[in-house]
Amino acid sequence: MSTLTDLFSRQGKTKIGPLEYHRRLWLRITVALTLIFLYMPILTLVAFSFNDSKRNIVWRGFTFKYYEKAMNNSELIEAFVNSLTIAFVSTIVSVILGALTAYVLWRFRFPFRAAYEGAMALPVVIPEICMGVALMVFFLRTGFNTGGWVWPFNLSAITIAHIAFSFPFAAIVIRARLESFNTELSESAKDLGATEFQVFKDIIVPHMKPGLIAGALLAFTLSLDDFVITFFTSGPNTLTFPVKIYSMVRFSVTPEVNAASTILIVITVLITALALRLQNRNNMLQAG
Amino acid sequence: MQSDASSNEPIIEINDVTKIYGSDVRAVDNVSLTVNRGEFFALLGPSGCGKTTLLRMLAGFETPTEGKVIIDGNDMADVQANKRPVNMVFQSYAVFPHMTVAQNVGYGLKIDGVAKKEISARVEEALELVKLGGLGARMPDELSGGQRQRVALARALIKRPSVLLLDEPLSALDAKLREAMQLELVRLQKTVGITFVIVTHDQAEALSMADRVAVMESGIVRQVASPAELYEHPASRFVGDFIGQINLFNGNASPAGDGKVNVSAAPLSDQVLDGTTTGPVCVAVRPEKVSVSRDKPTDSNLLSTQGSVADIAYYGGYSNLYVDVGAADPVLAEITNAERGIGPGYAQGETVWVSWRPEDTLLFAE
Repeated sequence: MSTLTDLFSRQGKTKIGPLEYHRRLWLRITVALTLIFLYMPILTLVAFSFNDSKRNIVWRGFTFKYYEKAMNNSELIEAFVNSLTIAFVSTIVSVILGALTAYVLWRFRFPFRAAYEGAMALPVVIPEICMGVALMVFFLRTGFNTGGWVWPFNLSAITIAHIAFSFPFAAIVIRARLESFNTELSESAKDLGATEFQVFKDIIVPHMKPGLIAGALLAFTLSLDDFVITFFTSGPNTLTFPVKIYSMVRFSVTPEVNAASTILIVITVLITALALRLQNRNNMLQAG
Repeated sequence: MQSDASSNEPIIEINDVTKIYGSDVRAVDNVSLTVNRGEFFALLGPSGCGKTTLLRMLAGFETPTEGKVIIDGNDMADVQANKRPVNMVFQSYAVFPHMTVAQNVGYGLKIDGVAKKEISARVEEALELVKLGGLGARMPDELSGGQRQRVALARALIKRPSVLLLDEPLSALDAKLREAMQLELVRLQKTVGITFVIVTHDQAEALSMADRVAVMESGIVRQVASPAELYEHPASRFVGDFIGQINLFNGNASPAGDGKVNVSAAPLSDQVLDGTTTGPVCVAVRPEKVSVSRDKPTDSNLLSTQGSVADIAYYGGYSNLYVDVGAADPVLAEITNAERGIGPGYAQGETVWVSWRPEDTLLFAE
């Protein structure tokens, strides 16, 4: 963090050292431009959510009106609850599936292991549109039409779709974490009498923990903001937050859309901060 | 450090054990060994000699391709690592990073379902034993390397195993700490009376700690003997060369009758030595047995030759003289610097005689 603050601190009188890139003008400009391109659109979106104008093109004054409107939009709230429910369930299942997949790939040698690993990672590189269409056709063909079921079971199809594309991400993150595992730790536990399962539970899962948290974060955000695949697998009664916002934008971009989006951003940032904090505290505990 | 604690009752029997990796890599080649109850036993050899593989077969992490491992009278063929009456201290110590010291040490007892109260009492006792009393609440990364090793020791000893296996336990410590730990391991072994089997590539470590040492080379056990026996009566050129320092001369031996042989090994003077080995031989002598003098030794029984001092290495208490005698390697003589301020008393380039007694001479068949 200190390098980032250094970057914008006043240039000192001393000569710039050979490795002090953060004091060089060209690097400062690059960083500034990157930050502007990344965050200006989001800041604009947040700013205009407080704009007292229906058309939302020019600034006409500050208001909370559209937050109120968004809160009272029952369809929007429903879509939001749907999104959170799907994200919650798909995160839990993705992390469990991802952890088990990663463990199997790391721990065991078996025929076609490489092929299995490749097939598992395929959803990461397959274009989302293809997966969306494939899943839609799959649910249609198999007659797995959950749209008419009672809440929250009407979200089953979308949830399954979300698990399908987010668990490989979790698996990859957890697999990477396992690479740093010292096998003498598990041998040592076994030497002290632990069974294979006790070794997994007592030694390997605690080691995987940062990977589990990172995988869960990834799965949660992937699910929460997914549009393409959800669009193909959702019915008229099972709108999620991004799909609902899209349908609102089709009429006109009112500050209400901005307000709803801002809430989504705030929630994502809060969850990320919380997860990072948890992980940090974990590391602190381990480091003393 | 010989002890009477060990009996002659075997606790580990390794019978014709072979371990083959892949199709033809013989990591351990037809090894038979017996370790006695209460003994401090060392497996010594250069890296890749199969000593760690042998240790891991005792622990149950490798299965012998052929042969039998018997521990405490039971065949270990179908006994998994977690059911064996042995515990191991790993090279990396393998202290569980997410558990406190006390949790680490008590882990084996917890797995066995020992009552919590008994665990904490025995953990405290084990920590006292390795001089870590009062550190139970610490996390492993708050400890030094030496302390982590003590945790690993306490954790392995707390289950009161029949045998404690140690895989290069001192290799990660700095020289001073290593020496202190050597003494402490021996003290610990005498205190608990458990059989220790240690794997090491450091001959000084093996010699100073073990009651008996097995010297291994490319999967084969070359000699099993007490440290003094290994040093003074190595069974082969390899063992003599691997343990300590040695001067070697190639030569020939012909029978002289009466258990003696005529040995000629240029540039040494011809000698009649005890032995039955004939044909190409190797004459060897330890550096501290070599005397250096300016005049030709008068005693004609001595093996001797003339040369010039090529290098002098001063080590404080003693000096090493490298005397070029026209052979492939210079003769190494270790001279005690008995008188203050004088050092070895020879100058580089000086012509000297090196000599030693026939009874200090070793004869190996080539």
